Amino acid sequence: MHAPTTTRRFTLSLLATSCLATTGLLAMPRAAFAFDAPGWPAAAFSKKTEADAIAALYGQKLTASDKIRLEAPDIAENGAVVPVSVSTTLPNVTRISLMASHNPFTLAADYVLPAGTEPAVACRLKMAKTSDVIAIVESNGKIYGARKSVKVTLGGCGG
Amino acid sequence: MSSTIRVRAVASGGTTVVQALINHPMDSGFVKNSKGKLIPPHYIEVLTFEHAGKKVFTAFWGPAVSKDPYIKFTFKGGAKGDDLKISWVDNLGKHDSLTAKLVG
Repeated sequence: MHAPTTTRRFTLSLLATSCLATTGLLAMPRAAFAFDAPGWPAAAFSKKTEADAIAALYGQKLTASDKIRLEAPDIAENGAVVPVSVSTTLPNVTRISLMASHNPFTLAADYVLPAGTEPAVACRLKMAKTSDVIAIVESNGKIYGARKSVKVTLGGCGG
Repeated sequence: MSSTIRVRAVASGGTTVVQALINHPMDSGFVKNSKGKLIPPHYIEVLTFEHAGKKVFTAFWGPAVSKDPYIKFTFKGGAKGDDLKISWVDNLGKHDSLTAKLVG
């Protein structure tokens, strides 16, 4: 536990970390403490409109579909916890994304579904104010959408 | 410290239904604390589920996912006693993982 090599390695790793931190600070002072996990679609999550978020995530146009079942409450008394579930009968679904049209950042969640995983997902989202929840399903490489208006009586994004 | 991840994965009839709850503040960066200062963003970015060495589900989350997030999905396959590995990493680089057994 307290062998000299351990201490040395620890010191080295500290040095390495501080070097990295310094480089980071110099290179991009505004985002010095930001960390983005590998694969996380940072650009899409930074978009403030539905069209921009869809363009950043999929790069194609959305087609409305009645084969998507989007369940969300008509009225959400607490915008901090809005249960949302999506399922679809569309074939070969590879991705399901959820957006809230009037949130500060439109994209809320993006799910990647490998073959063998059913095209259905349930989660809970925050909604800043009354707006539409949009479910986007990628099926056979094309994207389809369904939307539902949710009235929010108490916003979930503070302020 | 106990895990931040709670999971219940039930294998039956050739499919497995997974439900998970994670303890995480999911701070959006828009909420102020009692002193009127903004609480900086702190949210899970990536959550993955692996079964038999294969990723069965990946969630990319933003700050609009509720505190202590819940997720439910279903995948084909899985039998009682199989391992399911759940891992998350957040925007500050913090992470946690848990390997749970499927129940029948």
